[in-house]
Amino acid sequence: MKKRILTSHIVHYGVCVLAALTSVPLIAILGEVLIKGYKQFSWAFLTQPTPTAYKAMMALAQGEDIPGGIANGILGSLIMLLMAAIIAIPVGIMGGIYLSENSNKRFAQIVSYMTDLLQGTPSVIIGIITYIWVVVPMRGYSAIAGSVALTVMMLPLIVRSTEETMKILPQSLKEAGLALGGNYAKVVMKVQLPSAFGGIFTGVLLAISRVIGETAPLMFTALGCQVIRLSVDKPMSAVPLLIWEFFNDPNLQDLIWGASLFLLLFVLSINLLSKYLAKKWQS
Amino acid sequence: MSSDKTFRVLLFTAALIIPIIAGGIIYSLTADSYDALRHFGFLRFLFSSEWSYTDGAESYGALPFITGTLLTTALALLFCIPFSLPVALFVGEYYKGTKLAATLSTVTDLLAGIPSIIYGLWGFYTLRPIIIWLGISDEGSGILTASLVLAIMIVPYAASLSAEFIKMVPNELKEGAYSLGATRLEVIRKVVMPVAGPGIFSAYILAIGRALGETMTVTMLIGNTNNMPSSLTCTGNTMASIIANQFGEAEGLRLSSLIAIALMLFLITAVINMIGKILIKRARIA
Repeated sequence: MKKRILTSHIVHYGVCVLAALTSVPLIAILGEVLIKGYKQFSWAFLTQPTPTAYKAMMALAQGEDIPGGIANGILGSLIMLLMAAIIAIPVGIMGGIYLSENSNKRFAQIVSYMTDLLQGTPSVIIGIITYIWVVVPMRGYSAIAGSVALTVMMLPLIVRSTEETMKILPQSLKEAGLALGGNYAKVVMKVQLPSAFGGIFTGVLLAISRVIGETAPLMFTALGCQVIRLSVDKPMSAVPLLIWEFFNDPNLQDLIWGASLFLLLFVLSINLLSKYLAKKWQS
Repeated sequence: MSSDKTFRVLLFTAALIIPIIAGGIIYSLTADSYDALRHFGFLRFLFSSEWSYTDGAESYGALPFITGTLLTTALALLFCIPFSLPVALFVGEYYKGTKLAATLSTVTDLLAGIPSIIYGLWGFYTLRPIIIWLGISDEGSGILTASLVLAIMIVPYAASLSAEFIKMVPNELKEGAYSLGATRLEVIRKVVMPVAGPGIFSAYILAIGRALGETMTVTMLIGNTNNMPSSLTCTGNTMASIIANQFGEAEGLRLSSLIAIALMLFLITAVINMIGKILIKRARIA
């Protein structure tokens, strides 16, 4: 009799210990990036482009800090994200509305399955596909290609979150709108969409935080670039691409942690914000 | 009324883009891998373990990378379960609805949000020296190192979905068992696990789907060698990491072979994810 109760308690404590251990990697990663990264953080780091390997080498040889920063990556990330968002957000929301409104149609079920399929596709494959679709016909790497890859990644996420938010809206809302004489388009745009705004907005934020840290889909599309550049038909850099570059270039390794800290703070704050908004909107 | 019709057409068109992209991916990957598959033959490509791109003697086979992918995924799953299951039980059963559970959920959410390249950096600069120090392998990178970090990456996915199913186990069932004198552990083993089991199983299938395609972390940690792995601690490559490594410089037959590997990876993840989704739907209805 006693043994049973004892085992139960032991397992209870075991579960607590193992569950608590899961936070160790989070603390370790955040700690390492914070401690090593904050030293490199400065205004210049955020506003100057990446130094060339030669410049970095010379600075290292003279025992100085590596000049320059990640401004080309920050700007590139924002430009490509903006271009992707302009397409993925409206198309994704409309697709999501279609799925929630026609959930019993065969076509909608196929689209729904395809959305899962796209969402589960490894990001490196999205990179290859965009290379085939955009880089080859355009005869070169470009920011456009990078943003197409990000669009393909964001689209299923936004479709899903919109569909799920619209589905839990009360049916009476739509009926009331129609009863007042509103036509279908008006009811969706003026009644349902505003009521679903919170959920859709959180979904968009989550999609952004998911794609902004992606490296693999940009490697064969946007490629990366050493200078600050605004022309979208040329290769462009992004923060995760810069981290990858620094990782592979022994001369630039001092810049890794500052760039990682920036990316981590950016991604996790959007992530936390969306979770906070989701909770606020639910209650 | 005509604006209504335009609106409906607009919604339909937006939805149509999804199957067009999905179909386009399958078509383009198949079309561009055709050269390699025809040159080597599908079965030879699948079972050849040679990957050499010396001019004139080009030979490409996917076996080392398929093996690498299966090994890293299996190991990651093995390392993930002892942590994700306790987290799921903690959040969904022992401390259900408490502040403590919410905190742990936030921790796993944040873990899920960390970009994979940062996991790779951490694995390279922190875990790799530990592996070397422990004398597990000389260079520190390899299948084992990649799998360990991969395991940390999939814990949040497996845990949060499992917890959702553990939470759904009806209280009446648990109370019935308690009233018969069962201990907490007995309730979990005899009531919670059997009821939530199918859902938990599907959560792990979806976690496998994640692990299969993970690219950057694995590329940074696996050592990137193109031969058949001979042990779990030696270096290797996965399907995703060989693509990340060589796609940028490849052309001709090598490019086509890499796309053929991408096609296989796409199909494997698609099947795993489909099985996972179907099982989840069934578990939710039951």
